Amino acid sequence: MALAVETRPPLRSTGFRPGRFFLLAIPAAFLIVFFVSPMVLVALRSGEPGWVASYANILTSEVYLKVLANSFRTALITTVLTVLIGYPYAYATARVTGTLRILLLALVLMPFWSSLLARTFSWLALLQDTGLINQTLIGMGLIDRPLPLVRTQVGVIIAMVHIMLPYFVLPLFAVMVKIDRSLMSAAESLGASAFRRFYRVFLPLSLPGVAAGASLVFILTLGFYITPAILGDPNQAMIGEVIATDLETIGFARASALGIVLLAVTLILFAVFAAARSAYVARSRA
Amino acid sequence: MKIQRRHVALTVVTVVVGVFLILPTLYIIPLSFDASSTLGVPSGRWTTSWYVELFTDRAWSRAARNSLQVAVLTTVIATVLGTALALAFRVKTRTNAIAYAVTLAPMIVPAVILGVGLYGLLVSWGLGGTLLGLVIAHTVLAIPFVVVAVGSSLSQVDPDYERAAASLGASPVRQHVRVVLPLALPGIAAGALFAFVTSWDEVVVSIFLTNAQSRTLPVLMWTQVRTEVTPTLAALGTCLLALSTLALLGMQILNRRSKD
Amino acid sequence: MASSSLLSAAPSALTLQSVSKTFNGAPAVSDISLQLNPGEFLTMLGPSGSGKTTTLNLIAGFIQPDSGSITLDDRDITAIPSHKRGIGVVFQNYALFPHMSALQNVAFPLEMRGVRRKAALTQAHDALELVQLAHLAARLPRQLSGGQQQRVALARSFVFKPGLLLMDEPLGALDKRLREDMQLEIMRLGRELGCTIVSVTHDQEEALVMSDRIAIYHDGKIEQLGTAEDLYEHPRNLFVADFMGEANRLEGGVANSVFTTGDWTCLVPGSAPNGRVNLLVRPENTIAVPAGSADHPEGITGEVIESIYLGGTRKFVVRLDNGRRFQAVVSARTGPELHTGDRARVSWRPEHAIVLAAGDSSAVTADAA
Repeated sequence: MALAVETRPPLRSTGFRPGRFFLLAIPAAFLIVFFVSPMVLVALRSGEPGWVASYANILTSEVYLKVLANSFRTALITTVLTVLIGYPYAYATARVTGTLRILLLALVLMPFWSSLLARTFSWLALLQDTGLINQTLIGMGLIDRPLPLVRTQVGVIIAMVHIMLPYFVLPLFAVMVKIDRSLMSAAESLGASAFRRFYRVFLPLSLPGVAAGASLVFILTLGFYITPAILGDPNQAMIGEVIATDLETIGFARASALGIVLLAVTLILFAVFAAARSAYVARSRA
Repeated sequence: MKIQRRHVALTVVTVVVGVFLILPTLYIIPLSFDASSTLGVPSGRWTTSWYVELFTDRAWSRAARNSLQVAVLTTVIATVLGTALALAFRVKTRTNAIAYAVTLAPMIVPAVILGVGLYGLLVSWGLGGTLLGLVIAHTVLAIPFVVVAVGSSLSQVDPDYERAAASLGASPVRQHVRVVLPLALPGIAAGALFAFVTSWDEVVVSIFLTNAQSRTLPVLMWTQVRTEVTPTLAALGTCLLALSTLALLGMQILNRRSKD
Repeated sequence: MASSSLLSAAPSALTLQSVSKTFNGAPAVSDISLQLNPGEFLTMLGPSGSGKTTTLNLIAGFIQPDSGSITLDDRDITAIPSHKRGIGVVFQNYALFPHMSALQNVAFPLEMRGVRRKAALTQAHDALELVQLAHLAARLPRQLSGGQQQRVALARSFVFKPGLLLMDEPLGALDKRLREDMQLEIMRLGRELGCTIVSVTHDQEEALVMSDRIAIYHDGKIEQLGTAEDLYEHPRNLFVADFMGEANRLEGGVANSVFTTGDWTCLVPGSAPNGRVNLLVRPENTIAVPAGSADHPEGITGEVIESIYLGGTRKFVVRLDNGRRFQAVVSARTGPELHTGDRARVSWRPEHAIVLAAGDSSAVTADAA
């Protein structure tokens, strides 16, 4: 579309360098002051009584280790469940076209943009002993007495899966939609059964999307505050909630140190997933 | 046509997941109209009394005012700063790449950590519990959304328009004001909407930065849920939900309009 | 009625001196020099990627040259940003501002120069009248056809009376009929406005119709700059010769005005270079007679492999005995009627031979042997 064939001249050529500096500098200054420096502050003050003492306190404390273990466990179970039910949903969305696909996507996007508190509140109501879920199960004759779902990790996991589904389905859908359909047809013409086609062709091609979505879900669930705090067992708190309460009860330094631990875990996980992904891509190219 | 077993299975799973997605999102609506005063026990009787209570309660209306003020200010500031950044990011340089990463980082950092950090900074500046502090925090959270939305719109503006404007005598500033920004308007509007919704629904960081006077609606809802659950909260939640849905529809309309 | 106050821009002289530009280590244009007199219409002609658009961008100021200078009317504009050069540009895709009407688009450059709203709109209206689009002034670009958009783009580019107008593949997006109309339209406007025009195209016919002079571009250099006749009759190398039209080619050697290839010889003009050469003859200068005819005994013999009737002319493709293929275009009425399979002889008048020293050119389309 642009001036005929050759390389496009860079935008800079319209002579805007000094102006562009201010375009970047002013918002950048805002972000440095109000984002970067709080992070630096947290990092610095996390070593308050003494770097080693501060972190040793956390990493050797039984309480905190239990909190971390619980967070990991919840995040893991949530991720696995999200993958299990999200994959078929993404697959279906990628296979259909037109209005049906728009509908399926809308069903995923609407919760994504709805108030987190509103949804958590709905879950609070649904998970009650007298709530819709228990009543339905009793009504269907599957159980005699209501299952305790509120104030348990089970309830937290159910709600977190609901909240995390869009974060998994959307990137996975984006990957699936790009998988070349003709590969499946080729496999069929070569005599592969439906199961084989899926297992040997589609699934491997969709794995990068699964990995990306799953790692996102895991990382987000790990640090989540609101929903586990409202629906969960106070004795089985997750790290997000602990950071918030410790800020008030113990102090800024402790909360900062915990925050750094969470941030470090988050970054390490990011790096691990990114490396695993590159390795997978490299191996599948070889 | 033979309906294969696996297609049936897939359809069933998809429907179930679809219900799983939409039910908890919408369940709060009937809850807010149900006359039962115990949570989770539907009584079958309908009432609007919870809404009445919501709109007349002093604490709620103050929180609503706070939420609105903060959201509007956040929208303005975040849209301006975010648009400026998006314009700057059109040129690919190393500095810009780093700046881009820093700009988007608030989306990845766990909100509790941001809350702790901003608490530490703003309290030491005397802004803890003020609406200004809240606006600052929400702006940091909203800017990434604006940058992505505006950036996407800008990338669809043909650079030839700027060159044409230049050849016609428009200085770089005028090129942007008369040509580039008007053409990127759908993206800017979408970014503004994102910013508004982000601020309106924001709860985690706001918990750290508000006190009893400056509480926003989500924070008030949060404290109530932890202490005393009433169906009024369902009415509130529905209001929060309604706004997000309107914003989402608005974005879809803008999206369609910009494709023309 | 078109206001004549719109016309009579003082045309500019344009000079490029040794202009070069490299992108990412690859030279886009090297050592480009040209001199345009005020009011001239120059077409930069060449294949994709040959550097003609880069040159246009350099003149317009969208990119800066690595070396060399650009002068407009004794003013060195090399370092001046594009928005201060006052040069009109018509883009290949027109680049009409989609959020403004045709009238507002055309009024834009006037507003940029401080002309008051009302006056700007009036002048814009006049410009649109000049391109016969005044009745569509209120339309948005997307409500106009390609040809109409192009005329609006033209109007916008000359409304502020620039001394120089640049056009990038102005007719590229139009269909054949429209293209011919627009060619004449642009020429008419050029004459009436009196500004200097530089146009870029890869369409050789367009260049021949519209311009005073043509610059042939190849691999970032200007191979030859001259009138259409110069380029067609006296190409400097094989590339230019082949670019300007069909050319039959023989390889051989020249000594003392005698050209030899294999065991066949002919006379060539005294101005021809000695040594290894390529001898070119245009199809319309090529004479073809049946082998049995007594005429032109000096010709090369061959077999007619194709005989095509083109209405006013006939085209014969002859495979010569030495393997080369020659095309001869003759009048359908007065020329010979040869059929596929006939033996024939081709020849030409010595003055019609274009003799170029061998090794005098870049990549060339070889005649199919």
